[in-house]
Amino acid sequence: MTTKISFRSVSRTFQVGDNEFQALDRVDLDIADREFVTVVGPSGCGKSTLLNIAAGLIEPTDGEVRVDDRPVAGPGPDRGVIFQQYALFPWLTVQQNVEFGLKVAKVARAERRQRARHFIDLVGLSDFADALPKTLSGGMRQRCAIARAYAVNPNILLMDEPFGALDALTRVQLQDQLLATWTAEQRTVMFITHDVDEAVYLANRVIVMAARPGRLHEVIDVDLPHPRTEAIRLSERFTAIRNRVWHAVYHQTPLEGTPR
Amino acid sequence: MALLNVLAVVLGIAGWAALAAAGVSGLPGPQAVAVRAGELLADGTLLTDAAASLRRVLIGFTLGSALAVPVGFLMGWYATARGLIEPYIQFFRTIPPLAIIPLAIVLLGIEETPKIFVIFLAAFLSCVVATFQGVVSVDNTLINAARVLGAGDAVVFRRVVVPASTPFILVGMRVGLGAAWATLVAAELIAAQEGLGYRMQQAQIYYDLATIFVGLITIGVLGLIMDRLLLMAERRLTGWQERR
Repeated sequence: MTTKISFRSVSRTFQVGDNEFQALDRVDLDIADREFVTVVGPSGCGKSTLLNIAAGLIEPTDGEVRVDDRPVAGPGPDRGVIFQQYALFPWLTVQQNVEFGLKVAKVARAERRQRARHFIDLVGLSDFADALPKTLSGGMRQRCAIARAYAVNPNILLMDEPFGALDALTRVQLQDQLLATWTAEQRTVMFITHDVDEAVYLANRVIVMAARPGRLHEVIDVDLPHPRTEAIRLSERFTAIRNRVWHAVYHQTPLEGTPR
Repeated sequence: MALLNVLAVVLGIAGWAALAAAGVSGLPGPQAVAVRAGELLADGTLLTDAAASLRRVLIGFTLGSALAVPVGFLMGWYATARGLIEPYIQFFRTIPPLAIIPLAIVLLGIEETPKIFVIFLAAFLSCVVATFQGVVSVDNTLINAARVLGAGDAVVFRRVVVPASTPFILVGMRVGLGAAWATLVAAELIAAQEGLGYRMQQAQIYYDLATIFVGLITIGVLGLIMDRLLLMAERRLTGWQERR
């Protein structure tokens, strides 16, 4: 398998007042083409920073990220990003939000409308195409954000705790929907979450990170079959992997000499 | 709600009538003021005065807002522009525009220019700060969302920063309009030949309280109408906002 995203000794420090805060310390990680990778870890482990570096929204202080073997220089429509806070443009309707990226890419009006319509239908918002975001529920907003990201046809999806703010039922629905589109279109997905069940259910591989400084802790392969179903969620194999990930996340021994 | 508003107005006028009837320091009653308003309307004075005042406020306010919006955007978007402009804005904000009047007379003469200038200044200073605040408080996530969809700086500015700061600009314009009205009467003390402020100033010399009341009420009503118009524009342009 070819490598899609490659983190090469990526470090990032932030200036907090007079102190330097090491968000990421020499992270090496390869994500294969069409792989679904989830990243979990305690808060402050730099998982969102890692995603933002891949998105080109933050620059690493050291090391580099390569996508398709080219160094990342700023954000681009080849990497769709889905934010936890939805980040819909509140002054645009669902349709206009989904068309935004197409408009930037100067896609002709008729085709733009049609493509946006297709993805709005795909995420089940057909009846709300002309609604403003303020009238939508959290789940619907995130669906709209997903449609907006799909519309520009990125071959990488970077998702930063996208379902974190949703209720359990909506979350499961969106997880299944995400897996269904991933199976159909085979994009590379990097998915940040703090929910261990979610991480295992979605992934081919779970990346567990540790905090202070943010670094890779353990990589756990998820050899569960596809398509993922309710039965898999209840299987012994799932529970075993879930427990392993849980242990890796919550029973990390601190690095020697690092203050807690 | 509207009923309560009407009730409050009726009660207020009744209270005013009662005070006037009790003979509180020569206070004219609502009726006397209405009669005076009729006279001033009939001989055309009120319309001429209102038109002169309205013209000054509108010109000053329009120029002030028209300059404030681009300057506010410049300050919010470019750190260099902010560094260069902000000291002046902050300094002039601490000087009431009325305090500029003596200087304006000396430098700009006694024609329309100094009057419009101080009104312009009042409107500009209120609006520029609001616009600047609007630009710097645009949600970073929205800017990032546009960038990951392929938008460059120009598109981010036009399609994200401008619409996102519109609510702030409109609030700034409403405050600016209030400031423009507040400055009007004082501006008309500068050798004016007509205008609501001038008329009230004249009436004061002759102890003509009724005319002063007509002037005050006209200023209030015109200000209210303009504010409502801006509020309607605000509702239309920023209806997408989530309001509590």
